[in-house]
Amino acid sequence: MTSAQAPAGRRVLSALTTGTPVYILLAALLAALALTDPGFYEPDRFLSFIKRAAPLVILAAGQYLVIVCGEFDLSVGAIVTAGVVVAAELYGSFPGAPWLLVTVILLLAGALAGLVSGLITTLLRVPSFITTLGMMLILEGAVFFWTGGSPHGALPAAFRRLGRGTAFGWLPWAVLVCVVAGLLAVRLMRSDFGRTLLATGDSERAASLAGVRVARARTIAFILSGAAAALAAVLVGGFSGVSAQAGRGYEFEAITAVVLGGVVLGGGRGSVVAAMAGAFSLQALFTLLNLQGVSGALESTVQGVIVIAAVALGAADWSRLRRRGTEPSGAKSS
Amino acid sequence: MTALRPDLKARSRTGPGRTAELRLTGPVAGVWLAALAVTGLGWIVVAARGGDFLTVTNVVTILQNCVALGLVAVGQSAVILTGSLDLSVAYLISLGTLVAAETMESGSVPVAILAVLALCAAVGLANGLIVTGLKVNAFIATLGTAFILRGWIEDNYTGPAGRVPASFQHLGYDRIGPVPVSLFLLLAVAAILWLVTRRSRLGHHMYATGGDEHAARLSGVRTRRTVITAHVLCSLCVGAAALFLAARLGAGAPWAGTEARYDLESIAAVVLGGTALAGGRGGVSGTLGGVLVLAVLDSVFNQLAVDPFFKNVVRGVVIIAAVALYARGRRTEQERTA
Amino acid sequence: MSTRKIRHAFVPLAALLGAALLAGCTSDAPPDAPAGAASAAAGAPGTGRQSKFFDRAEYDRQLALAKESPQGPAGKPWEQMLRPQLVDTTQYKKKGSGGIHLCLSNAGVFNPWRQVGLKNMQAEAGLHKEITDFTVLDAQGKDDKQISDIQELAGQGCDVLIVSPNTTATLTPAVEQACGKVPVIVFDRGVETDCAVTFINPIGGYGYGAVAADFLVEKVKPKGKILALRISPGVDVLETRWSAAKVALDKSGLDVVDVKFTDGDPAKTKAIVTDAITRNGDIDGVWMDSGATSVAAVEAFEDAGKDVPPITGEDQQDFLQVWKEEKLTAIAPSYPTFQWRTPVIAALKILKGEQVPKEWKLPQPTVTQDTLDQYLKPGMPPLHYAMCGCENLPGFPEKWGGKK
Repeated sequence: MTSAQAPAGRRVLSALTTGTPVYILLAALLAALALTDPGFYEPDRFLSFIKRAAPLVILAAGQYLVIVCGEFDLSVGAIVTAGVVVAAELYGSFPGAPWLLVTVILLLAGALAGLVSGLITTLLRVPSFITTLGMMLILEGAVFFWTGGSPHGALPAAFRRLGRGTAFGWLPWAVLVCVVAGLLAVRLMRSDFGRTLLATGDSERAASLAGVRVARARTIAFILSGAAAALAAVLVGGFSGVSAQAGRGYEFEAITAVVLGGVVLGGGRGSVVAAMAGAFSLQALFTLLNLQGVSGALESTVQGVIVIAAVALGAADWSRLRRRGTEPSGAKSS
Repeated sequence: MTALRPDLKARSRTGPGRTAELRLTGPVAGVWLAALAVTGLGWIVVAARGGDFLTVTNVVTILQNCVALGLVAVGQSAVILTGSLDLSVAYLISLGTLVAAETMESGSVPVAILAVLALCAAVGLANGLIVTGLKVNAFIATLGTAFILRGWIEDNYTGPAGRVPASFQHLGYDRIGPVPVSLFLLLAVAAILWLVTRRSRLGHHMYATGGDEHAARLSGVRTRRTVITAHVLCSLCVGAAALFLAARLGAGAPWAGTEARYDLESIAAVVLGGTALAGGRGGVSGTLGGVLVLAVLDSVFNQLAVDPFFKNVVRGVVIIAAVALYARGRRTEQERTA
Repeated sequence: MSTRKIRHAFVPLAALLGAALLAGCTSDAPPDAPAGAASAAAGAPGTGRQSKFFDRAEYDRQLALAKESPQGPAGKPWEQMLRPQLVDTTQYKKKGSGGIHLCLSNAGVFNPWRQVGLKNMQAEAGLHKEITDFTVLDAQGKDDKQISDIQELAGQGCDVLIVSPNTTATLTPAVEQACGKVPVIVFDRGVETDCAVTFINPIGGYGYGAVAADFLVEKVKPKGKILALRISPGVDVLETRWSAAKVALDKSGLDVVDVKFTDGDPAKTKAIVTDAITRNGDIDGVWMDSGATSVAAVEAFEDAGKDVPPITGEDQQDFLQVWKEEKLTAIAPSYPTFQWRTPVIAALKILKGEQVPKEWKLPQPTVTQDTLDQYLKPGMPPLHYAMCGCENLPGFPEKWGGKK
């Protein structure tokens, strides 16, 4: 019943069917962008579009890992904010710190936040929605309590190169980072661990009976999500500099992206590529709305309608395919 | 070692756990104990600083601060019990206060009340229909509704609007003895929801739907209708909260609901009150306890003049710790019965 | 069965199409006619319709005030006042000795402006030995909680209650109640009652918006393309800034190609500015309703390899720094955080029975090319507000996060 146990052909089919709507949506949005703005596909503009999407794509990949094993991570936005502020604070105290060291510290700190969330969720059996909501409050509160409201330092150019600069003079580093992170995520989901994760989300009981260490798998998912959020923080901080609200709203955007990708909240189904495609779609939607100049205030209305409609479209397709018998019942729609 | 292993039974849900409420280890009792513990702790800490925590005015303030969040959270419990979720409550509150204040300015109070409730019922109905009819996950559906409402508000309002007549402001400010009138509103709404969830057929269906939608449908429950009704009930509670806030604020404010983060706070209160996010377990009485815990905490922070940023840290820790505590209670109980 | 199936697919499809149409309805508009105008008002200038809250009389008053020179000690703008109408406060004179208990009901500290401000106020309160207690209740942006806070403080034996309201209209009843019990000082945003002893605020949003717009009118070539960036719609204090700018820009003959909302998010700002540059070929001036995202806008021009056109910001440290380093043509009107010092000073005056103005209008200095060096303080954190008037307060600069 899980994709892991299904034969390969079926797995490919199921991966495609869960993802199809998002690819159609992405194609439609990219086509709309091309119509609106003929220059959109000039290499450097398209690359800069990917550069802008990179943090959300990375967040979506991390969020996917958590969602697919049946949990939520609402703390990613706070981790992004905290990451940017902590980096600036570090540079305030140690202006000469090498950027690689600061980046690694951030990734470790993000992983640590994820580890704590994961342990609380699995060991103390607190619903992850609450764990990560609490983590969000704690991180935001702690970081601003520590810095007294605003970070003391600015981010130097070396640290910001990942988010702002280009390699070879034309390829934004953020695009490279995004591609590498994406490949790693795909690789991860093809590994034994990926299958374990899917199995855990599909049926905790069955996975546990089959010898899967469910708690461990979930905790690792949280750690990876935290580290992904920290990586996004490096890109966001690099792209736009110090801000006290760098990550605001990212948690909902990441979850929306994952769900747009056809991943079922509650776990067990969906592909990481589709989740990342969901992130690209969302970014394409933002760009389109911005280019179209839909009256600023109504922008969020259009966004809301499109997100609901896209997910509904996915659900409709899916239920029809299910009736054809591709997949047994057990799907939870809410 | 076994205690550390995830409990497999935790995911299998029981029907309406009417008896669970009476057990000391149950989440409902747990959260009221937590409220009591927080109060006691607050009293000790404040007393150690030379203050007096349990004065009449302070208790009244705490209760008063429960009302708005309480109304939203009680409604939120209805949807969560049914296995759904509502993230649109914050923007709906904002819109509700604006509609209430503007209608009261130009029309009459009863018309305004009807208008707000009708608006909220419509939004609830829309939420329910999107979740059940279009099969959109509730998280996304109500987030989408929230975005739609946000656009509507931002397009039409540029700040506070409307005016609430003094006669209606009594709801926000008057007291009977030391007890704020609005507290009776909360208790009345909570009582109605308690009756609906615990004593009516609809309530049984809500628990059944939240517990296992598939099984409920097989046993003849019209799950769609139940989910839709729960969403309408929730939005009506939000409407009551909007009316209360309008009475208290004297005008409508576009950020009345959002800056207070009523969406996430109400969910936190519900889960703090022992209602399972997956649905099917918990209830209104626990939610009230959860709201009380948050309000008492706020009051303690006020008394101790805690740094607002540090406040958030403590809040986060308390929310996690409280839920962990009675999750533990539930586990030991299940191990006993198993 | 089949009808139901079709309906499932049809409803979202229709919604998607509808939304796509809505999003795409202006796609054939020529690039120089801003798309935003299409849904705002047909035939209106590129800046869209005027806010229905635009108050002509208040606009004229603020612009007139901006031209006047304030009374009060030079170099201490937080003690200065414009057109003061002094009122008698002998009735509030504190009898007997004993320390003063000052109370503040604060809307919240949810942005750097408020964080700097609160530090100013705490430091000011620390300057005066006679203030023995300073209670601060933080409403965390909740109107409802702030009402309770005010009620709580009014019954707590405060000598003076200072209120920084979260929302203009909604705190009126609570403030009215408190006025009966204790002298009240309102600052920053107002309330719709004059029961407070004094209402302290700087010139205001119209003054702010007009200064920035007039600068662009002066510096940008005629018919130049202007990009206007706003934080978010629906916030009264920001609406006034934009509506004043709109008046000036509409009159000027400058071409406002876009009016966009940034949500205060630098990443989004950078994206918007980048898109605007590519779409319009060039932008000749940028108007902003607040400074939080100015640096992001400047960087968008740098990353696109363009010269930064005349730009307006705010007195935030990071913007002033970029301004100096990149030698920008810029201006930074302010909504000064030094106004947080004034309520404490006013409270002490009231308790001594000294006269205070009914409405204490503070000057609203602007950072210009000439005064840039005066306000740019090396070592201060990037989100610090230069117009804090805090340089001589005890604990500066460490308490504000700076380095000596």
